[in-house]
Amino acid sequence: MAKIISIHKGFDIKMKGAAEKTISSIPVSGVVAVKLSDFHNVVPKMLVEPGNEVLAGQALFFDKNRPDIRFSSPVSGIVNEIIKGEKRRITEVHILPDKSGISYIEFPKMDISSLSKEFIIKLLLESGCWTYIRQRPYSLIANPEDVPKGIFVSCFDTAPLAPSLGYMIGLERENFQSGLKVLQILAEGRLHVSLPANLEQNQSEHDFTGIPAENIRRFKGPHPSGNVGIQIHHIDPIQKSEKVWYVHPQDIIIIGRLFREGRYHAERLIALTGSCFVKPAYAKMISGQKLDSFLPGSLSKENCRLIQGNVLSGKTSHAADFLSYYENQLTAIPEGDKPEFLGWLQPGFNKLSLSRTYFSWLFPNRKYELDTNMHGEERAFVMTGQYDKVLPMNIYPVYLLKAILAKDIERMEALGIYEISEEDFALCEFVCTSKIAVQKIVAEGLELIRVEG
Amino acid sequence: MKFVRRLVDSVKPNFEKGGKLEKLHPAFDALETFLFTPGITTEAGVHVRDAMDLKRTMMTVIISLIPTLLFGMWNTGFQHHLAYGMEADIMQNFLFGFWKVLPIIIVSYAVGLGVEFVFAIVKGHPISEGYLVTGLLIPLVLPVTIPLWMVGLSAIFCTLLGKEIFGGTGMNFMNPALLARIFLFFAFPAAMTGDIWTDLSPEAGHAIVDAYSGATSLMTFDANYTLLPSASDMFWGFEQGAIGETSVFACLIGAFILIYSGVGSWRIMLAVFAGAGLMGLLFNFLAPAGNPTHLMHTPAYYHWLMGGFAFGAVYMATDPVSAAQSETGKWIYGLLIGAFSVVLRVFNPAYPEGVMLSILLMNVFAPLIDHIVVELHIKKRLRRA
Repeated sequence: MAKIISIHKGFDIKMKGAAEKTISSIPVSGVVAVKLSDFHNVVPKMLVEPGNEVLAGQALFFDKNRPDIRFSSPVSGIVNEIIKGEKRRITEVHILPDKSGISYIEFPKMDISSLSKEFIIKLLLESGCWTYIRQRPYSLIANPEDVPKGIFVSCFDTAPLAPSLGYMIGLERENFQSGLKVLQILAEGRLHVSLPANLEQNQSEHDFTGIPAENIRRFKGPHPSGNVGIQIHHIDPIQKSEKVWYVHPQDIIIIGRLFREGRYHAERLIALTGSCFVKPAYAKMISGQKLDSFLPGSLSKENCRLIQGNVLSGKTSHAADFLSYYENQLTAIPEGDKPEFLGWLQPGFNKLSLSRTYFSWLFPNRKYELDTNMHGEERAFVMTGQYDKVLPMNIYPVYLLKAILAKDIERMEALGIYEISEEDFALCEFVCTSKIAVQKIVAEGLELIRVEG
Repeated sequence: MKFVRRLVDSVKPNFEKGGKLEKLHPAFDALETFLFTPGITTEAGVHVRDAMDLKRTMMTVIISLIPTLLFGMWNTGFQHHLAYGMEADIMQNFLFGFWKVLPIIIVSYAVGLGVEFVFAIVKGHPISEGYLVTGLLIPLVLPVTIPLWMVGLSAIFCTLLGKEIFGGTGMNFMNPALLARIFLFFAFPAAMTGDIWTDLSPEAGHAIVDAYSGATSLMTFDANYTLLPSASDMFWGFEQGAIGETSVFACLIGAFILIYSGVGSWRIMLAVFAGAGLMGLLFNFLAPAGNPTHLMHTPAYYHWLMGGFAFGAVYMATDPVSAAQSETGKWIYGLLIGAFSVVLRVFNPAYPEGVMLSILLMNVFAPLIDHIVVELHIKKRLRRA
């Protein structure tokens, strides 16, 4: 059996509204979009114009700084609109999909084990699937010319109400395994796979035949043990000027489809979660699907916040928005915009806290219907040791954050900025008594070091 | 509740930007958020937040102080009646103390919060909750006979020079409540030392008994440690001293609340006790054999029981703002506080309350301790590379 790595620090936020394991297929919406906000640091150069017909898998634009990296249309149809934002920057590309079904560009189907690394990179770039391979630090799309220290895949998600990745993989086992084979060739033997200590239903180490046993690890412990960044830290930490790549299992399935079916088939399984969904469950939809094509009627409350992703690191969204590129989960929870009389004095049997300052600790297994209330105002930093309890890394979080605030690049490097990403610090932000915007500080630090470091 | 909400909402416009009382907005804001946890929601970053905020944190500390406060009130009455040789039941003792202690608490809160409000209004920053705890800590570390104007003066001193000039709660580097005490200790030694620990307001028909001596355990300790009250009296707190400091037992209840709720650092508390115990044992070992009453012979655990040691370890050393902030640093910080308190007690009879001084001393050194810890951490990280 694989080596088990125990993570002791962290916290599982128990919420109501986990997705039931049933799947509804959602027909392609009237408009589908590729959003630039889903990619860090990409300057788009368009390859199509409004009115052009495109096929699924045909490039819409490429990155001006790295022209090899192309972004493909998830559907076939007509390019409808190119939305521009401030300073005429392109923000969204809208496509009107064919009503008759998706037509694909046909790529060659091939036996993966006979392919060279160069050929694989070329095919991935050409089909737009390269965009699913991302790098740390900075969570950017990987650079095809780099030789990464390793490629990491986390096959489980510990975030609140996260989808079961074992379930996802189980539905398309063959595509997943083909995708893994592709990554193995790219990684030249340095592909690392992480599984949970207690395997999910449908999950087994046999899925990973061909990967050396020492590169399969099992992680035990609370969130964020499923974050790929935490796993990298415990397997092979990133040093200055080193790069690692990471790919999400759902994206590996899409890569697998490319090689097995010969098409860029960007359908995703999305977990619809949170207490505002009438029936939290899974739904199959195309990447870039318009959300109001299925949301009306599926939410139980008026005043809800829709989040693309989980409640810790997801982005606020709305019905008129489109499904984000890398998304696997949508969450809807009630807005908490009501003042509460003497809220800080109440016993708080239903208030979730990592501390035991509210009496909810009497019910350790309760699931909470959390809302978006801040539960207090921002204050100067007072409590110490809180962040350390939920960050399972050999990093001093407060000192690193202070170095970022002081824009002290050398100190950031010394304290380990290359190893972190926003999502790894999300729990620090959750527990913070002083309500400090931790992830925002981390993002600023990473951006500063990317530009100037 | 709805009535209160309507009332608050009806006066709110006056305090908003452009309102008649715009300048008083921080004061209004403090009262509003005191009554209502605001309905503000998360924006960027996490969408849900832990229910704990600074108000709840401070409230938890206040709850943890209640055992020492209640016991202190009872003990005030008990010591008073003892000095006059009067029989009194629990309630009589408690009520006597209650009416003596309450004015001190009121003055401490009124004056300290007043300074905070003025500062917040002048500076236009929100009023922080830090003083909720400081305002109760100050009375608990003072003798019950302290003149009320001195309480007020010390509250002003600690709020101004202990906190506000550095930017308010979270920015101070010394424990404000201890600063208040040390201010009185050096500015008005007559009110803080000597025969002042028991309230001796006259009782008609009664005279002070012959056996009465105004000595606290620490003063007895300095004179001759073998005459100390019994360990059990010192543990339960049947002795003279500052209002809240005498009962180690009450402090331990508070320590339990602080540790179990996750508000106080168990590392610091444990380290302070360990530091004192180790230093006490070391002194026992080095004590001159020819002089059996030398202070170095004091049993090490006596240091845990005497004076305000337990109170300081549980409530003062653990102040997260002025203590060391790294987890390793907290051990060093705590051990040094414990060790220095014992050194001061044994070798410096002029300042019997070594705990207060050593906590303040280590407050000053806490950033240095953290600095060393972080530098070592960085070195270790580099070696890994």
